[in-house]
Amino acid sequence: MLSVFVSVVRRDLLLAWRRRSDVLTALGFFLLVTSLFPLGVGPEPDQLSRIAAGVMWVAALLATLLSVQRLFESDEADGTLEQMLLSVEPLAVIVLAKVCAYWLLTGLPLVVIAPLIALQFNLSPDETLIVCATLLIGTPTLSLLGAVGASLTLGLRGGGALIALLVLPLYVPLLIFGAGAVDAWRAGLGVQSHLALLGACLLVAFAVCPLASAAALRIAQD
Amino acid sequence: MTEPAVALIEARALACVRGRARLFSGLDFALAPGELMHVAGANGSGKTSLLRILCGLSEPESGEVRWRGEPARRVSDDWRDGLLYLGHRNAVKDDFTPLENLRASAAIAGETTPEDTLLRALVDIGLGARLDVPARSLSQGQRRRVALARLLADSRSALWILDEPFTALDVRAVATLAGAMSAHLARGGSIIYTTHQPVDIDALRRQTLNLDDFSC
Amino acid sequence: MSDSPLSAARVPSAGFSLFHYASPQTFFPLAGKLLWPCWIAALLLTVAGLYTAFFVAPTDATQGDSYRIIFIHVPAAWMSMVIYMAMAFWCAVGLVFNTRLSFMMSSALAPTGALWAFIALWTGALWGKPTWGTYWVWDARLTSELILFFLYCGYMALQAAIDDPRRADRAGALIAIVGAINVPIIYFSVKWWNTLHQGSSVSMTQSPTMATTMLTGMLLMALAAWAYTIGVALVRVRAIMIERERHTDWVRQLSQAGSNGDMNA
Repeated sequence: MLSVFVSVVRRDLLLAWRRRSDVLTALGFFLLVTSLFPLGVGPEPDQLSRIAAGVMWVAALLATLLSVQRLFESDEADGTLEQMLLSVEPLAVIVLAKVCAYWLLTGLPLVVIAPLIALQFNLSPDETLIVCATLLIGTPTLSLLGAVGASLTLGLRGGGALIALLVLPLYVPLLIFGAGAVDAWRAGLGVQSHLALLGACLLVAFAVCPLASAAALRIAQD
Repeated sequence: MTEPAVALIEARALACVRGRARLFSGLDFALAPGELMHVAGANGSGKTSLLRILCGLSEPESGEVRWRGEPARRVSDDWRDGLLYLGHRNAVKDDFTPLENLRASAAIAGETTPEDTLLRALVDIGLGARLDVPARSLSQGQRRRVALARLLADSRSALWILDEPFTALDVRAVATLAGAMSAHLARGGSIIYTTHQPVDIDALRRQTLNLDDFSC
Repeated sequence: MSDSPLSAARVPSAGFSLFHYASPQTFFPLAGKLLWPCWIAALLLTVAGLYTAFFVAPTDATQGDSYRIIFIHVPAAWMSMVIYMAMAFWCAVGLVFNTRLSFMMSSALAPTGALWAFIALWTGALWGKPTWGTYWVWDARLTSELILFFLYCGYMALQAAIDDPRRADRAGALIAIVGAINVPIIYFSVKWWNTLHQGSSVSMTQSPTMATTMLTGMLLMALAAWAYTIGVALVRVRAIMIERERHTDWVRQLSQAGSNGDMNA
């Protein structure tokens, strides 16, 4: 079980390495969207630092949504997905491996680049740290929920808009806990509870999403 | 030769509906170990649908598949462990070399095939000169061969389910594949396949299932 | 499909079986018989409820007469949540027992649930104008109602996008169940977010001493909403059954019988 997990992660990373440009799209989207906000709402530093966490979280959410719908696409198109369904190994483990690789390729870079954007939005070092921490705990959950949406809409017409309708409502708690952490810190409330709730969401998603996604893939291939 | 008590795979009153169309119904057969079965039928008679039902990718509308005498759903681990399915699509990644592709397929299937077995399979099927080339620059027939190399490397599966394995192959590759199928049968494995071209495969026991007989 | 393992043909009709009505063939006439009682109950309860709401219930001390919209708003909000849970329940039953009727039930409920969510939002906005001075505030209840509305839309859009009915059923069931797991989390998070951001202080159902007559009116309206929902879901599930199973024998017999007269029998 572990060996199939490792080899699928390695396979997806290697594939992405051979197609580097695809990986950068989500990151570019994240950078661009966050840079648009100062242009839209005005460059006052106070206002920017007030909306920074929310903007970064919404951008991360949309960047995930945009890229996650291709998670199973190429495997479905070339028939690899059939082989995954027929594997002796549990499909949920293979799905989890794919989500892991996906997060390493698109979620983690967002966390790494976040301090740069925090700088643009005039956040203090402490606040930057908090935003990065929430993104670090929150983006895996975004990827896991996104995988469920991606497998449900696999091969459907209008998949892009549909996955948004399915997944965005499910993202609401994460957005609230994630973006709220900085506000809570500013109000002197401490951020442990926000981080703990994000962690709890991650655990629930970790337990439910691979199974749901695997079931959806079987349904989609039927 | 006497009829073995337990068939390897068995279909009982299978019916299949695709979309609004009823493809076939009341389909029964039993396949013994070492037996070859050719699924024949006109285009759109449900050959691919039948093969997908037999390997558990699709649910039949009614009826059941039995694996070694048990309902296949109940022994799904054993069922999946015992079969190797190659569909229309090759499951070949453009960005991988043939060897990387074969390695990835084996890993996904949960097999631990030694590296030199994989290499020998690729050489045997005639890809020895193209081992380091990404599949993107291979021809259609050569990609098909990458997928089929899994059969040459396989010594574990009891049943091969092959959907049009001979398409896009040249004469030599067809001969190699037919040889591999004969060897598999001689080992006591079974094969269910579809084809539109007549190919000689040595088999002690064989049957043909014509789906046109079961169409509705 | 006509010979599914749960089909009525194999269940002795005399025995009391839980699964007897799980096949469309046996459920269809039962649903037909239940229709009229539902309509009549809905009508009577609505009349009684509205009468209580407008003529019996006293005027609220702080909110004046505008509060009376809660007699529609609160039952609508209740129904929208109950229906989502009912949908998720039927979906789970369908996935576990592989009964077609459960999926049909769930897709029959969805539009009504979305309608109730929409009514709750609409009446909430109408109530907000005189109370808060604006049509929309990001009140915890209204916000979660909005998200619930989106969940309904997602479920219906997913089912509409899939041509194969079996895939549509199962995919819809999965998203309904995942959504149902999420509903409490969403509600909690929105409420939490709301307290953090110092939201509205007046809440619709918060009035400390709710008169008994108010409660009676609300209860009557809620029961009316139940009756209406059940009735309309039965009509819709009958339509879905006929559409899905139009190739089977029992629907053909039904349409022959229907051309001779009574469809409800």
